[in-house]
Amino acid sequence: MKKVLVLAVFALASAVTYAGGYRVSLQGNKALAMGHTGVAVINSSESVFFNPAAMVYLEDKFNISVGVHGVFSNIAYQDTQTGANARTDSPVGTPLYLYASYQATDWLAFGLGVYTPYGSSVEYEKDWEGSHLVNTIDLQAIYIQPTVSFKINDKLSFGGGPIYVTGSVNFNRNLNRTLTDIDGNRANVTIDASGVTSWGWVASSMFKFTDNLRIGATYRSEIILEAEEGTAEFENIPNSPLTPFQNTAIDAAMPLPAEMTVGMSYNFCEKWLFAFDFNRTFWDAYESLDINFENPAIPDSKNARNYKNASVYRFGMQYEATKMFTLRAGYYFDESPVREGYFAPETPRNDSNNFTAGLTVNLGEHLQIDASFLYSHFKEIDASYNYYFENGQAVPFKGTYKTNAFVPGLGLTYKL
Amino acid sequence: MKNILKYTFAVLAVGFVSCEPEFDTPVTDEGFYTSGMADLSKYVSVGNSLTAGYADGALYITGQENSYPNIMAQQFSFAGGGEFNQPLMNDNLGGLLLGGTQITENRLVLAVDANGNPGPVRLAGTPTTEITNKLTGPFNNMGVPGAKSFHLVAPGYGNAAGVPTGAANPYYARFASSESATVISDAATQNATFFSLWIGNNDILSYATSGGSGVDQTGNFDPATYGGNDITDPNVFASVYSQQVDALTANGAKGVLVNIPEVTSIPYFTTVPTNAIPLDAATAGALNAQFAGYNTQILPGLAAMGVITPEEAAMRMINFSAGQNFPIMTDDDLTDLTVILQGAPFSLPQELAVLLGQLRQVKSDDLIVLTASSILGTTPDPNNPQGVIGVSIPLSDQYVLAVSEQARITAASTAYNATIQALAGAKGLAFVDAKSALASLANGGIAYDGGVLTSQFVTGGAFSLDGVHPTPRGYAYTANLIIRAINNTYDATIPTVHIGDYGTITATNN
Repeated sequence: MKKVLVLAVFALASAVTYAGGYRVSLQGNKALAMGHTGVAVINSSESVFFNPAAMVYLEDKFNISVGVHGVFSNIAYQDTQTGANARTDSPVGTPLYLYASYQATDWLAFGLGVYTPYGSSVEYEKDWEGSHLVNTIDLQAIYIQPTVSFKINDKLSFGGGPIYVTGSVNFNRNLNRTLTDIDGNRANVTIDASGVTSWGWVASSMFKFTDNLRIGATYRSEIILEAEEGTAEFENIPNSPLTPFQNTAIDAAMPLPAEMTVGMSYNFCEKWLFAFDFNRTFWDAYESLDINFENPAIPDSKNARNYKNASVYRFGMQYEATKMFTLRAGYYFDESPVREGYFAPETPRNDSNNFTAGLTVNLGEHLQIDASFLYSHFKEIDASYNYYFENGQAVPFKGTYKTNAFVPGLGLTYKL
Repeated sequence: MKNILKYTFAVLAVGFVSCEPEFDTPVTDEGFYTSGMADLSKYVSVGNSLTAGYADGALYITGQENSYPNIMAQQFSFAGGGEFNQPLMNDNLGGLLLGGTQITENRLVLAVDANGNPGPVRLAGTPTTEITNKLTGPFNNMGVPGAKSFHLVAPGYGNAAGVPTGAANPYYARFASSESATVISDAATQNATFFSLWIGNNDILSYATSGGSGVDQTGNFDPATYGGNDITDPNVFASVYSQQVDALTANGAKGVLVNIPEVTSIPYFTTVPTNAIPLDAATAGALNAQFAGYNTQILPGLAAMGVITPEEAAMRMINFSAGQNFPIMTDDDLTDLTVILQGAPFSLPQELAVLLGQLRQVKSDDLIVLTASSILGTTPDPNNPQGVIGVSIPLSDQYVLAVSEQARITAASTAYNATIQALAGAKGLAFVDAKSALASLANGGIAYDGGVLTSQFVTGGAFSLDGVHPTPRGYAYTANLIIRAINNTYDATIPTVHIGDYGTITATNN
């Protein structure tokens, strides 16, 4: 038993989930372990997120899943022309999720989900070479989603619900490449907005061809976080009318793009399950990160992003090894939404290969421990951001980036 | 369950260590950049204010941090370079104290006056750098503001007791190893593996900035008899310069020599236009009437008498017109007519004779120094509104670098540069043509990733508010020039810097 455990844990050793842009695909330990597939999988209340229509098919009356992931993400940067180099020292992200589902009648189920599909936490060394673009960023969005699921017949079901989002963003960068106060301290600005709320919705359906083959589709709407009561705090500004930066209110908008997922799952050889999901994230909503300062003396900050829609191809396998253990593994290929020339260091994402694994340990009838592990591998890339302007002139920020992420996760599932 | 947690955390711990992304060829790897035939492990820089990181009319900490030797040392660290210590000032004000009394001014900053006009002003505050508080060296940056070529080999140049008389240098007094030490011996005894030497600028610069008020000492081989604003004899320069190169290469060190730019293209000389005086037609006519006798009778008369040449007579004519005019000035290279004019046949009163004694108008190829901008057109005697500097009161010689004076500077710097380049060639040292670089800055500028670096005062980005010394960006550009020369000569691959990452002038209101 011990051996099995050790093997199982090490089998995970190449797993993680992370997606292009600031999409963080960590919405369930079971699903993540199999490549973050789940739109056509029926196995726990994680369906509240992946496909609400699947809730109504859950075997148990009551299902609750909670979990946490530890996101260890790293970015390394270097410029061979100058020798400049930097590594992020980002805090460990700990996105959480909670899902509950309740089978009210044979054809109707209710659910509630709390999860964090968007976020970004990056911390570079202060005053590093790209500090005029970003020193630190911390973007969080918590989705709260009451859900209903109903069955038309044994083959077809629908689900969905409203989404309430509460988010915050904290962003610090230097004002430009060179401005300092009299003692040489670089002038910087911190944008802060918290308690920003908005509404969206999710709708989904599931169709069972047979007991072993299912397809599903889920659409989650775009949500724009509009920060109207944010603040901008300036630091190390020279004491001069030539640099009129004073703390002021700001407004800014950040899109949380819509996402469409379709997929299938297939049970074979009794204990095996294969799942495939295709995600399309409508990143074209993210054209520009604009910050409008209320003080008219301070020029507004425009930061072109021009993201393109991007796809993720997900594959997952599940094997019920024993009554006690269910093992999972997966892979997904994640296309970057970043276009050439728009490679900004706050989310330096190129296409990535992602390997996942995990297991569930059944502790009796009601309780399960879920563990997962994701490793995101990004190829080394030479890239630049060409839309930073100094005195009206574009000043590209170039370099070589190497990024990875390593995300272990643990969860509990309780069912009645 | 216990075990699961245990192993999960074991994997986590492994992940912590192994998770750092690695480049295929990290720039921080040994061998990514190389020093070629040079050994950069111990670098010593020798020179004057330019080497020290002086800017904005003072030496201060952030300026020193952006000195070209310090920028180079940061880049050397990628190719085997070692630590680089500088005799840092005590503050960012820049003024020096001797026995508690301030002896040099604070730095200049760009301030906005009550009318909203930006301009250079001295930063207010009490400086804290006391020169009798000796710093413990040795220091890799041996740049000494104010030093001329022969000062580097002069014993006692770092003796604080000699500072009040001008026999010693207050900056060197802070970190000289002893009262009798020389700059070059303090540099040489460090046994550096690599050095840079950039000296000789002040041998012509102080003559230039003083409007040529010193003496061209060409032919005088005894620097002990030189005044502060004199031009150093080229043979004296050649002799002390080769001594210095010998001292620095004695243990086989490699290095780089930098030549002397033509100082007349720096903003100190190019900012104030020569035709700085605006006049309306009525005033110009009235002035011309006053000078009519001088132009039509006195000057032709003197030429006829053979006292002055017809060319000098023509050069001394005063003529105003509506629009921009050249100010009148005193030129000590002209024949002094003060006594002659008081005698027959002119018999001018003494006051007028003094005014006309060495009078001429500024010519378009003269250079008016930056500091003249604050006095040109002013009325020094409030009781005499007619007494306007440049119009009715001649601009004194110290504010104008005349063509004749420029020629002396060019002759001396050309001779110095021949020495520098010949020595670089003979010793196999890297050579940097700073003269050409400054000429490019003055003629159209140098393009970089954020614009064009020019020698325009305040806005050009290359020169600090004193109009003479570079900004951090100007020093970064210099560092790149030197690094490229080192790479070429020694087959090294030291990386350069983005000059746009370095600042220019500092805006601050007192």
